[in-house]
Amino acid sequence: MFDLDRWREIFQSINKNRLRSVMSGFTVAFAILLFTLLFGIANGLGNFFKGAFVDTAENSIFVRVRQTSKPYKGLQTGRKIQLKNKDYEYISETYKNKIEYQSAIIYKNFSIKYKNEANTYSVTAVNPDYQFLEKTIVTEGRFLNKRDIKQKSKSIVIGRLIKQDLFGERPAVGKRVNMNGSSYLVIGVFSDEGGDNEERKAYIPVSTAQMMYGNNDYISQINLGYDRNLNTDAAIAFGNQMERDLRKKLSIHPDDQTALSIRNMAEANKFISTVMFALLLIITFIGSGTLIAGIIGISNIMIFVIKERTKEFGIRKALGAQPASIVGMVVQESVLITTIAGYVGLTLGTYLLSLIGDSLEEDYFITNPSVSPEIVIGATIVLVLSGLIAGYVPAKRAANIKPIEALRAY
Amino acid sequence: MIKIEDLHKSYPIGKDSLHVLKGIDLHIKEGEFVSIMGSSGSGKSTLLNIVGLLDGHDEGNYYLNGQLIKELNEKKAALLRNKFLGFVFQSFNLIAYKTAIENVALPLYYKGMARKERLTVALDYLDKVGLKDWANHLPNELSGGQKQRVAIARALVTKPKVVLADEPTGALDSVTSDSVMDLLKDINDEGMTVFVITHEEEVAAQTKRIVRLKDGVITSDELTKVAKVV
Repeated sequence: MFDLDRWREIFQSINKNRLRSVMSGFTVAFAILLFTLLFGIANGLGNFFKGAFVDTAENSIFVRVRQTSKPYKGLQTGRKIQLKNKDYEYISETYKNKIEYQSAIIYKNFSIKYKNEANTYSVTAVNPDYQFLEKTIVTEGRFLNKRDIKQKSKSIVIGRLIKQDLFGERPAVGKRVNMNGSSYLVIGVFSDEGGDNEERKAYIPVSTAQMMYGNNDYISQINLGYDRNLNTDAAIAFGNQMERDLRKKLSIHPDDQTALSIRNMAEANKFISTVMFALLLIITFIGSGTLIAGIIGISNIMIFVIKERTKEFGIRKALGAQPASIVGMVVQESVLITTIAGYVGLTLGTYLLSLIGDSLEEDYFITNPSVSPEIVIGATIVLVLSGLIAGYVPAKRAANIKPIEALRAY
Repeated sequence: MIKIEDLHKSYPIGKDSLHVLKGIDLHIKEGEFVSIMGSSGSGKSTLLNIVGLLDGHDEGNYYLNGQLIKELNEKKAALLRNKFLGFVFQSFNLIAYKTAIENVALPLYYKGMARKERLTVALDYLDKVGLKDWANHLPNELSGGQKQRVAIARALVTKPKVVLADEPTGALDSVTSDSVMDLLKDINDEGMTVFVITHEEEVAAQTKRIVRLKDGVITSDELTKVAKVV
């Protein structure tokens, strides 16, 4: 029902009582603004935590070895531990049904040359599964496959930035590059969300690296992806089990943390989910706190406004205004003000968050602070409704007192 | 037009109650110009508030335009006030943020008249009280006499059966008082019932019938010279 006259009355009342209107609007706008900012910043913290692990699969387990730091079973401190192919096979055999992906890794640094362009890059020798463990995104050609491993082929997959360095805009796939004196065929180009360093890497088959550079079966590191069907606790248990088994197999003291380290993302995931849960609690607390403060603010103002207008209502009633028309007028006015103010607070808050952007990422661990529109609109609706109730209750009371009493009010 | 039988009204004051009107019988016919005289505390304002449906009564019967007023809710009261009654208050009671013409047009808004029409009608009535040129001024830009004339225009704009004036000259000097009373006389001459409450003899003397009230009862009820002349 659109009543132009009613709207005219309301606009006049808002316009002629600007301080009052601005004050009640300000309360709501400020509450929504705070709500948006706090909620956005809390979300930004959450985004940071999630984003810290975005470029590796969240089910990764890293197995690394170094020198021993404790004597064990007659073996001396300082003994160099070396992972070999048989360790790799032992893991894949023993935990077959708990592993989704597995890759051996050898880290190298080589100069790669194409025509007149040359540069030194970190070259990682891996198995095909590495693509999924590192969340490598193949943009052209393909990644390494089983045949490359078996045939020890001289194939290479280069990062987006290597391609840019060596090939510029020209196509790279199918071309041959010279790496450390041998010719390799570029079979693919990849990008990675982990940043520039990740895109200045090249991948070659692990078997090729073993044959070409040392002619041994050494492995620098083993990365695993545990079965995603395992829950966090089972995944942690799996990691611990594997650690015990490997210590036994490699004759490493159970407490020797330097000789063998197994980093299990399941543990990090558990930590993250704990942090996220705490963050959610804080967000809920902050959000509802701000809203309640806003609701109390708007209620107080409405009570004051209606007290101030009691005499006006008395006059209107003496002239023939029915209680419903007075209540309707007050409620409509309050809803109009809270809606507009809520929108202003929302827009301002979202704008400020977009200004903040990622500028706080390094110092305050806040990444892309933002709020979903549903939540802010929901919050605004809550405030509008409370403005409605906050207006309705006292207005109803004011409209039902006898006009003679209302006229006596000052 | 107004018929009151054995009307009682008390106000609770703490645990006690103050018996203000103690059995009023009053009959005002259409077209009369009546003043209720009495000192403060005599119950005259209470009587006007009851007649004006701004307040309820405890005992007795009150007929407005032949209709028994009983257990009226605010909605019906508002309807009757809008239809039959026009008010003129001592303190004018204009809405401060509305211009003269908007104040006059307000009762017509509650009657449901379209905006254009009610502004035309309101301007007519402002013209009648001599304030056409002041139509777009706010109340605080008007003198006391002008405000009261705006209030009278507002009371008349719905063509009510009865105009109720509560100390209409109470806040005015004698010259403006006279102009306001002249206006009320004109209204009465046009056939409208006018019901004035005052404690000033001079004001009462300009009406046609004086009802004197003391301590909640009517002590005298007589026609004035003005009435006898006519």
